[in-house]
Amino acid sequence: MSCLAKFGKLILLLMKTKKLFVFMLPVFAAAGLILFNACKSPDDKDAKTDSVKTSNTTPSTADAGLKVPAGFNAVILAENLGEPRHLVVTAQNDIYVHTQGTKDGKGIWVLHDDGDKATIKSGFGNYGGTGIAIKNGYLYASSNSDIYRYKLNDKGEVANPTAPETIVTGLVNKRMHNSKSIALDNDGNIYVNIGAYSNICSEFDKDKKGCPVLNDAAGIWQFKADKPNQKQSDGVRYATGLRNVVGLDWNQQDNQLFVMQHGRDALHDLFPAMYTTKQSADLPSECMYALKKGDNAGWPYVYYDWMQKKLMAGPEYGGDGKKEADAKYLRPAMGYPGHFAPDGLLFYTGSQFPEKYKNGAFIAFHGSWNRAPEPQEGYCVVFQPFKDGKPDGQYEIFADGFAGPDKSPDGAIHRPCGLAQGPDGSLYVTDDKKGTLYKITYKK
Amino acid sequence: MKLKFALMALIVCFAFNVNAQTKHKNGSGAGSITRGLVVYKSVCLACHMATGTGVSHMNPPLINTSYVIGPKPALIKIVLNGFDEDVEINGQKYSNTMTPHSDLTDQQIADVLTYVRKSFGNKASSISAAEVKKAREIK
Repeated sequence: MSCLAKFGKLILLLMKTKKLFVFMLPVFAAAGLILFNACKSPDDKDAKTDSVKTSNTTPSTADAGLKVPAGFNAVILAENLGEPRHLVVTAQNDIYVHTQGTKDGKGIWVLHDDGDKATIKSGFGNYGGTGIAIKNGYLYASSNSDIYRYKLNDKGEVANPTAPETIVTGLVNKRMHNSKSIALDNDGNIYVNIGAYSNICSEFDKDKKGCPVLNDAAGIWQFKADKPNQKQSDGVRYATGLRNVVGLDWNQQDNQLFVMQHGRDALHDLFPAMYTTKQSADLPSECMYALKKGDNAGWPYVYYDWMQKKLMAGPEYGGDGKKEADAKYLRPAMGYPGHFAPDGLLFYTGSQFPEKYKNGAFIAFHGSWNRAPEPQEGYCVVFQPFKDGKPDGQYEIFADGFAGPDKSPDGAIHRPCGLAQGPDGSLYVTDDKKGTLYKITYKK
Repeated sequence: MKLKFALMALIVCFAFNVNAQTKHKNGSGAGSITRGLVVYKSVCLACHMATGTGVSHMNPPLINTSYVIGPKPALIKIVLNGFDEDVEINGQKYSNTMTPHSDLTDQQIADVLTYVRKSFGNKASSISAAEVKKAREIK
């Protein structure tokens, strides 16, 4: 519990003795101020404990209230869009935004970007969801159980918004981790995350004989991008042992799928003798994986420790907090601190930003909830440098300040989720808390 | 000077408060709330948050919902058996599965539920260890 929260609790307890409370009011105010200042510095220090290399350039507070590196500018293009998740931008500067729920029966919104403002042109799609992508003249979008596609005309517009083709139907949707993020390759395939409907499989694998959730979830499935009405059983389980992926993108340099896994929760709650609350906040790592067909990332049997850079045996499956995992499981391409919640991944292929950003990865960290009683973290967009198609060196915080003063799921004002690149190389970011759409640009 | 005064006053407040707590301990359930907070911090807080707000779309809030301030046996059963059903509170759905906590003692469950029913703005009645014991026996 933070210093301030303790003070708040003290006040609450004292309020029970009402007379005393009234008498003491001025004292509370004074003590509050003192405590606030006393609390401030350690909290600020905490925020920097993750070994993050901050950008060398002086950050500037841009119009949108975000902190971005010098030379960059962030503007708010639109507000109150509901809960916008992923998005995609056309060559004509139209933006397709997929919202978590529907408003007026619509879950996909078309906006036109006029430079520093975007206006809503129309809405369609009677389903909420996360996934949205454009490939070979089609817009693909997913509900939490189906994938649809819409033919685009030569202006990048959906010609017939009420009559999409159903590409995949009936994907596993058991409430937990049910968002179906999508990405497409250059060979006519579409990839979709089917998240584990469990934290760590304990309720499905009591005898530890092997987690049955892996049979129909906890992996990336591959389908034909142009074949209608495929069922889950028609797809290929492309990679398994992935607890839940929300951010994913096809890397054109490597011609390979990269995904961001949300790591497990509750190491301390479930194994208090092995993990302190601090360790449980920092572990396990949120992981970036470079996937090949047949890969197994090891959930629920293993987790990655980003501080030791080791793949560890999970405590449910013989781990003790020190034992390393079987080497047969796929190692992540990069590990990030625990519970940051990577919801968006984008390889930057534009030319607007400085050279170092080219072919590197932006990651939108939605922000943690499972680090309590440690302070919550994330709520930012980071840049992961790449070299020759592999992560190269420490990530940098690229855009920060989404949450405002209170980095918590309830107190955060905005939470970054989806990322997209515009035709001129601008970066777009959605916020699914307050419904804001940001655009980040660079001027030489 | 001011600082010293404030700190001293704070210490005095603390002394008063501890005194009040001790007095209540054998009577109205303030002891149960205090003990309940300890259980809450170690078992519930990670998901339901220190403020009882839960986490949007994932972990339901514990504030002013019939699941918490409604009938006691149903609430006790959630703690004992966990929860894996569709839950909608104030128009929002929550997706995460809650694990069972039947390993807690009757007294710990009574304390934590008393804490939850009397915190975050909730003003519901206490739950006793006997009520938890009874709920445990109902299959």
